[in-house]
Amino acid sequence: MRYLPHTNEDISSMLQVIGIDTLDGLFSNIPEDCRRAGDLNLPKPLSEWELNDHMSKLAGNTAVSPEYKVFMGAGSYEHFIPESISYLLSRSEFATSYTPYQPEMSQGTLQAIYEYQTLTARLLGMEVANASLYDGASALAEALLMAIRITRRKKIAVSSLIHPLYRRVVQTYLAPTDCRILELSYLKNGRTDLTALDEIDDLAAVAVQSPNFFGCIENLQAIGKKTHDKDALFITSFTEPLAYGLLKNPGSLGADIACGEGQSLGIPRSFGGPALGMFASKMKYVRNMSGRLVGKTKDMDGKKGFVLTLATREQHIRREKATSNICTNSSLCALAAVMYMASVGGTGIRELARLNYDKSEYLKKEFKKAGFTISFDSTTFNEFVVEFPAGFETKYENLLDKKIVSGLPLATYYPELTNQYLFCATETKTKEDMDALIRGVKS
Amino acid sequence: MKESLGTTGLILNEPMLWEKGKKGRCGFSYPQRDVESYHLDDELTGTGPDFPDLSEVDVVRHFTRLSQWNFGVDTGMYPLGSCTMKYNPKTNERQARLEGFSGAHPLLPTHLSQGVLKLMFQLEGFLSDITGMDAVTLQPAAGAHGELAGMLIIHAFHKSKCLHCSKIIVPDTAHGTNPASAALCGYRSVPVKSNEKGVLSAEAVAEIMDEDTAGIMITNPNTLGLFEENVKKIAEIVHSKGGLVYCDGANMNAVMGIVHMGEIGVDVLHLNLHKTFSTPHGGGGPGSGPLCVKKDLETFLPVPRVVKNNNRYLLSENFPDSIGKMHTFYGNVGVMIKAYSYILSMGPDNLKKASQLAVLNANYIQKKLQGIFHLAYDRPCMHECIFSDKLQKAQKITTLDIVKRLMDYGFHPPTIYFPLVVNGAIMIEPTETESKENLDLFIEACKAVANEAQDNPDLLRKAPTRCKVRRLDETTAARHPCLTG
Amino acid sequence: MKEIDELNLPDDVRYAEDHEWIRSEGDKVRIGINDYAQDQLGDIVFVELPQSGDTFEKGEEFGTVESVKAVSELYIPIGGEILSVNTALEESPDLVNQSPYNDGWMIEVKPSNSAELEALITRDAYLEMLKGLK
Repeated sequence: MRYLPHTNEDISSMLQVIGIDTLDGLFSNIPEDCRRAGDLNLPKPLSEWELNDHMSKLAGNTAVSPEYKVFMGAGSYEHFIPESISYLLSRSEFATSYTPYQPEMSQGTLQAIYEYQTLTARLLGMEVANASLYDGASALAEALLMAIRITRRKKIAVSSLIHPLYRRVVQTYLAPTDCRILELSYLKNGRTDLTALDEIDDLAAVAVQSPNFFGCIENLQAIGKKTHDKDALFITSFTEPLAYGLLKNPGSLGADIACGEGQSLGIPRSFGGPALGMFASKMKYVRNMSGRLVGKTKDMDGKKGFVLTLATREQHIRREKATSNICTNSSLCALAAVMYMASVGGTGIRELARLNYDKSEYLKKEFKKAGFTISFDSTTFNEFVVEFPAGFETKYENLLDKKIVSGLPLATYYPELTNQYLFCATETKTKEDMDALIRGVKS
Repeated sequence: MKESLGTTGLILNEPMLWEKGKKGRCGFSYPQRDVESYHLDDELTGTGPDFPDLSEVDVVRHFTRLSQWNFGVDTGMYPLGSCTMKYNPKTNERQARLEGFSGAHPLLPTHLSQGVLKLMFQLEGFLSDITGMDAVTLQPAAGAHGELAGMLIIHAFHKSKCLHCSKIIVPDTAHGTNPASAALCGYRSVPVKSNEKGVLSAEAVAEIMDEDTAGIMITNPNTLGLFEENVKKIAEIVHSKGGLVYCDGANMNAVMGIVHMGEIGVDVLHLNLHKTFSTPHGGGGPGSGPLCVKKDLETFLPVPRVVKNNNRYLLSENFPDSIGKMHTFYGNVGVMIKAYSYILSMGPDNLKKASQLAVLNANYIQKKLQGIFHLAYDRPCMHECIFSDKLQKAQKITTLDIVKRLMDYGFHPPTIYFPLVVNGAIMIEPTETESKENLDLFIEACKAVANEAQDNPDLLRKAPTRCKVRRLDETTAARHPCLTG
Repeated sequence: MKEIDELNLPDDVRYAEDHEWIRSEGDKVRIGINDYAQDQLGDIVFVELPQSGDTFEKGEEFGTVESVKAVSELYIPIGGEILSVNTALEESPDLVNQSPYNDGWMIEVKPSNSAELEALITRDAYLEMLKGLK
């Protein structure tokens, strides 16, 4: 086996040093009744080339571009990824290193994560960002737990237009606690309905997503004000960070914590993971933050350097009193994101976000022209909901035969929204692709 | 002694990203604009983030230089205890990059994602066989995430029996994630001490186990690198009071094909694909922390689950007792693909052999370094061995000084100051992918450092001298945090 | 780390077994951590203190003190009401290292039961206890 370097000669000479006769003898401390009786029941090993063949076959029957045109976003977006990023990420020094606990040998990861924290804070308009969490959903759960810790209150209000799967993760995280989750319903214009807030006191936090699950841009400033009037923390979630290349960022609109999914920033969809939980807050809350933080400092010669810092928040030191049980971050994904933000640049991200907005506006207009209803009239970014006449399921299947995956059926998550589909168009969709979709939907 | 690995080379300085570049540069290939620009309310638009503008060359040089300040498994031996820094096979990377996996949208209709679903289904089966547990979820994104899922399942199990336990037993040798995960479920950790042999005794557990205790979180092999030989008896005691046994499987690399976790009384077990199953750590993630359970806990596993029906693979939500969801979608699929690729490359016999060689390597180092450093528990170890700085105390040399000096010899330091029960611990896990020659070089380096501690201790106190930076001021970093530039 | 005979243990304060010191100043007391505790912790980077007006029973946790890689809980050696806290520690936690008995004080307390004060040990008794620990 090419990963196991020991020759038989090595093994016997090493056993001799240890003073035993056989490899089995190494396990003499394991009681007989703890042993496995038979051999492992796994397939025989494949050669590198057999494996390539096997894996290519498995990967071969998935609907992916360019063969398929996928008009579905819903928290996982198709964006162009420069080859330079894939190339840089495959550098062994980044990929095969551990958490940078030994800073002298990990300055590459540390500076890159510090740069990620900086660009993330700038993108979101926040004072401080952490080194990342698992994904958008767990980032929201951590944000809510953080607000509960800071305010010492047990009630949170969560918009029903936050990604439905994020809300389910939140429910799972909070299930064993005595915290109560109040769900805010939505208005006809596709934005969160805040009226329920009037009757609630003692809130730890109000959480909304913008652009929300329907693609609609929320009035964050108004929600933030209402939240702060209640003395609660304002948490904004997102699934599409590219939006802040063009739109006002959550920090400038009053967010205390901004968190969400960073997959759009140079990370392949990979069937949903690995992903990137982006997490930022006001500086005054930093000691209650979960996750790792990289800080700038100097070495003993006065040279600039970076270290993991404020580690006393974390589980390996504070154990049961830690701000979270999280131990890893999504380091390599954070690296991809900072490389992406650097490649696109300040001028570029604005242009790219604008192109995304225009593409989806074009598609929206074409749907309208073709006689379909756009369900919500608030301004959207990248995604919007279309209502079809009953029986669209058949057409959906027909479109699949034409290798077009039209939107996401919303009834799965919002039973009242029958025949309504969530569509997404990013810079990866050409006018031609979109016209083909409209032709298919009309036919 | 052979020539030491550590040397100096030309390392280039590199400014911060935002100190480079010029307005108007761009490192991204813009797609053609084929639609007009539509109206957008000025009220909604911002000024855009203050990112630098860089060319592709700027970006590539920047991160290439940064990478050269890093040390990875591909650079050299990385004997970080408890972390299983084994070689990360390159074929795994090729498989995960295949467009049919990396380009797949997670909410595709399942008949358009059969390949990846089949892979996940099979991987669950492989892990079930390797551990001897009955059912597996791949959803947790990391070991600690798997632990949390496990604790949630234990909580849900007791709740289904209308029991509300307030405590959980956690040994003093446990990873910090254990008590932190338990705390998220409202459990108070009750510590139990390991005995003079470094393992838990059944008596110590019996003394504190009661009906108000949800169970025990053990790590087996434990963080002292020793097999918890009384585990079966301990499990009986815990079960007899209605509790469950959680096992942190971080150290599974020692016992693949050797121990049957299902048979020893473990009810819930998490694995780290980024340790045992060779996927790269990526400088701290993404990992993957599958959770394996016994039959009677399967009903609580997170949804959706991959099920097979008439030779088709489906994602089923139809598990009403499930704890819910841990991850937006299905977990870190890209990492799962690499672990699957590893298992298929290795096959059953090589996986067992990997464990044997991991244990061989650790025992070899333990034997060779005995007397050079103080050995915490003088008995055969599993996949890692633990020393301390006790013999160097006279020179006022600490564990930190020792391992910083090892860097100058070209090795990544072992894990230090963990587990907490060994003062000044130095925890060495060589893994099976290091050859005898590499181990010998490491052993020689350790001996050289121990000699220097006697003859010229200042060399250690001032180490490292060959890295990009010298020892960093962590105190100022924590007193006056500077977290963004 | 300091040897026992290198420790600065003044005799104008009383000591608690959890390594705090207590100094009576009229009808109130000042509390901080002693030289042994600050030496064991190493460079202190953060001190978390209660708010004025909070009340504690003897033995309750009133705050935490952090070094780079450790957190220690602070236990109040006598019950009472917090009259003031040393806000200088927010910016300069290192005062606890440099001047544990003066500039590095932590809280000022109005004791609820003066008998608790009497129960605290003297310098010599504390020193004996430390020798037992070593």
